[in-house]
Amino acid sequence: MRLTQGTFSFLPDLTDEEISKQIEYCLAKGWSIGIEYTDDPHPRNALWEMWNLPMFDIADPQAILHEVNACRKAFPSYYIKVNANDSTRGRETVALSFIVNRPAKEPGFRIDRQEAAGRMVRYTLHPYAADRPTGARYNGAK
Amino acid sequence: MTPAAEIDVGAAAREALIDETLRALDAELIGLEPVKLRIRQTAALLLVERLRGQAGFSADPPSLHMCFTGNPGTGKTTVALRMAKILHSLGYVRRGHMVVATRDDLVGQYVGHTAPKTKEVLQKAIGGVLFIDEAYYLYRAENERDYGQEAIEILLQFMENRRDDLVVILAGYKDKMDKFFQSNPGLHSRIAHHIDFPDYTLDELMEIAELMLRQQMYAFDSESREAFREYLELRVRQEHFANARSVRNAIDRFRLRQAVRIVGRGGSIPREELARIDAADIRQSRVFQGGPKGVAA
Repeated sequence: MRLTQGTFSFLPDLTDEEISKQIEYCLAKGWSIGIEYTDDPHPRNALWEMWNLPMFDIADPQAILHEVNACRKAFPSYYIKVNANDSTRGRETVALSFIVNRPAKEPGFRIDRQEAAGRMVRYTLHPYAADRPTGARYNGAK
Repeated sequence: MTPAAEIDVGAAAREALIDETLRALDAELIGLEPVKLRIRQTAALLLVERLRGQAGFSADPPSLHMCFTGNPGTGKTTVALRMAKILHSLGYVRRGHMVVATRDDLVGQYVGHTAPKTKEVLQKAIGGVLFIDEAYYLYRAENERDYGQEAIEILLQFMENRRDDLVVILAGYKDKMDKFFQSNPGLHSRIAHHIDFPDYTLDELMEIAELMLRQQMYAFDSESREAFREYLELRVRQEHFANARSVRNAIDRFRLRQAVRIVGRGGSIPREELARIDAADIRQSRVFQGGPKGVAA
């Protein structure tokens, strides 16, 4: 099941050229860009690991694409996203966020039903990938 | 599609705005003949390189890292800025911006601080020109464990592996740069273009002064021009003479004296008087009183 988080996630995966154009748009807006990765696809997992620090004052998208590719090389089967932060309101706020790398096989989620007191049912979402420890999810690849 | 048999070099040159850029260079930079020659050569090479690529010959983008050496105020930074624009209009760099860095921006304070710091600066410069002023401070021969060495290594790696992405220009005084390269031969060999900026002659300095005044909408009259020439003759021989920079500073001081003179006299004056530098404004300078050695005022 394809993970649909962030912008463009219902489209086919972006090519490097398309990613570069999106980054160019962000840079033209004056947004700073950070790269994040994770192997926990749960939608409540909002804080992913940071790949280096967010990059400020970059002029050329190639600099960021290079980092994206370095991150892909290090974590080929992780989810990787590009976040663009807008600081015009005095705090860095995510203005655009899109996934640029995903595992080859995404097993998806199951719903767990928990029966509670008084015939109450609690629902919870469980990613199949989370059955294994982090680092060993998605074909055990790093 | 087979490549065309005939190639219109003139049209390609016009398209890349080469003539225009070079003419602006000639008009706005006085003197510096060897520098202009090298820029012209580089521009021509890049154009031919591009045409070769279009015509189906192998086109290997040349390495364009440069080293500018020269005394203070000979225009190294100004030319570097121009260079960034020229390289951009020739399509060699994608953005044409210039990032200026000195030792403080590249070298860290503690172990492990240098690499991220240098990389951050390099990333900012990608797509443009990285100008490292007084590059010889990167290397401190007297301290083996100085982090400057680390910065140089990262710089080298970038210059080699990612030459399509940025152009590095090192700048500094001639003798210190020579010493710097002696202790870093790897760096020397990776820089193809070593350009030496000569000192300006007296005539060129006069021209520079006239240009600066024109840009600020001031002017000498014939007496003050004569006075300024005498001023320069004396000033050049004194210590800490920094070519065009000294001229600029001198002009700033003339403006101060002119303002004081005008305000002090009061009354009404003709309009032109506001733009005129008087010989008295110049002759008040301490340079004429045989000034305290080494200090110009």
